Amino acid sequence: MKTKLLQGIAAATLALTAGTAQAEEVIGYDLNGEIPVVVETAAPDHLDGALNTIRSGWTFRDESTKTMQMDDFDNPGMLAVEEAEAAWSTAEGSEGKSCADCHGAAEDMAGVKPVYPKYVEAAGEVRTLQMQMNDCRENRMGADPWKYDASAAVAMEALLSSVSRGLPMNVAIDGDAAETWEEGKELYYTRTGQLQLSCANCHEDNYDNLIRADHLSQGHTNGFPVYRLKNTKLNGVHSRFKGCVRDTRAHTYSPGSPEFVALELYVASRSNGLSVEGPSVRN
Amino acid sequence: MKRTMIALFATTLCFGTAQAAEVSPGDVEFDGYEVAASLTGAPGDPEAGRNIVTNKSLGNCVSCHAAEAYADVPFHGEIGPWLDGAGGRWSEAELRGLVVNAKMAFDGTMMPAFYKTDGFVRLGDAYTGNAHPEDKPVEPLLTAQQIEDVVAYLMTLTE
Ligand code: HEC
Ligand code: HEC
Repeated sequence: MKTKLLQGIAAATLALTAGTAQAEEVIGYDLNGEIPVVVETAAPDHLDGALNTIRSGWTFRDESTKTMQMDDFDNPGMLAVEEAEAAWSTAEGSEGKSCADCHGAAEDMAGVKPVYPKYVEAAGEVRTLQMQMNDCRENRMGADPWKYDASAAVAMEALLSSVSRGLPMNVAIDGDAAETWEEGKELYYTRTGQLQLSCANCHEDNYDNLIRADHLSQGHTNGFPVYRLKNTKLNGVHSRFKGCVRDTRAHTYSPGSPEFVALELYVASRSNGLSVEGPSVRN
Repeated sequence: MKRTMIALFATTLCFGTAQAAEVSPGDVEFDGYEVAASLTGAPGDPEAGRNIVTNKSLGNCVSCHAAEAYADVPFHGEIGPWLDGAGGRWSEAELRGLVVNAKMAFDGTMMPAFYKTDGFVRLGDAYTGNAHPEDKPVEPLLTAQQIEDVVAYLMTLTE
């Protein structure tokens, strides 16, 4: 165990040194000693120089928090994943069906998480993973939808994320998704509340700086859901957004609102190229 | 000595104008980015100002600005410049303008306007995340007295 840890750190150090030449892919760690995780890479073109290099939230955390995420045995977020695994094959609702009845093993869903949120043709709108999960619950299982960011929903999202770890984030921003993406971008740069701060003020202009005791990251979503040591549970993307907007002394949007769906699409597109890491660990 | 004289002078001024009314956020007169006149008609208290600058639930300047001058307070931010020497770099009128509304001096700055009550997008009810009630008057982040206290403290940061 100890040697494994040291190797991980050594690999991370090596990788970070190698990454000094800008825009090269940096492997931060090998998840469970097996899956290489890209924690730094060239920014997607649509950022148009606003950032040159994108860095996972993992790179901004302290060594002990980082280490917890490198091995499933140490990752407290994996407990919720285990619970979701049980839920995956448990029949619910009037149709007597489980997720597994239609989708097979959870591992077969690898590759789904990196492309969400996405435009869903049948629905005629951009949807998050949680919206799609609820669509299955209501229309295929005859079960009640989960409340947005409720613990069962976030745990299931964590399961779907966990089987995609190591794959690059790759949400589409063109075609039918373009309009929603533009709305999200507009929200990202809008200065809200009495403090008049936008997402960009903190996560684009000031990442790597301390704001009080917080070390600001670039605010990516590739690590979601995140297990926070502060509230000892898994947290969804929209709940994080809500907290950030509240901190500008603003009237927030609600988890699951069209505004946060658009914002999630836009923010996810800023992480395109970073590996899926959720569930990750944060302070 | 110098301070007592200024204080005396200010008191006289106050009486002179028969209880000078506080300048409300909408009535602050800017000359460029400077605000020459005290918002209360009286000088501030630098000790109280230090508390406002370093206290999370008051000015919370410390969350963005570090300074040797308040090294005893934990968790200095790195967003804005160090505040040591601010009283040497800037005049009182400039500092008042910066604290009232730094956007007048630095276009697009991240620094919030501490004495302003309109022009916000989705104004919330403090940190609740709820909308600010329509029928409730909007309070500036700091009162006129607090602004003057902060300015008085910044003036002491000469090195
Ligand atoms: C006043 C500063 C501030 C503003 C404005 C702000 N955030 Fe944050 N945000 C933080 C802090 C502090 C954290 C925790 C440290 C970190 O991960 O950056 C954080 C964390 C995050 C995270 C988690 C990143 C991770 O890897 O765990 C996301 C995502 C995020 N913010 C998105 C946003 C979005 C979207 C907006 C605008 C709607 C926004 N933030 C506005 C301060 C801010
Ligand atoms: C959210 C961040 C933030 C907060 C909070 C904040 N400031 Fe600032 N401040 C800045 C930034 C950034 C600058 C630099 C101006 C620029 O170029 O944008 C600045 C500049 C200044 C300057 C000029 C510094 C110099 O010498 O060049 C002073 C003085 C100042 N701030 C005082 C204060 C005081 C007093 C408070 C609290 C009442 C405060 N600030 C709160 C971000 C902040």
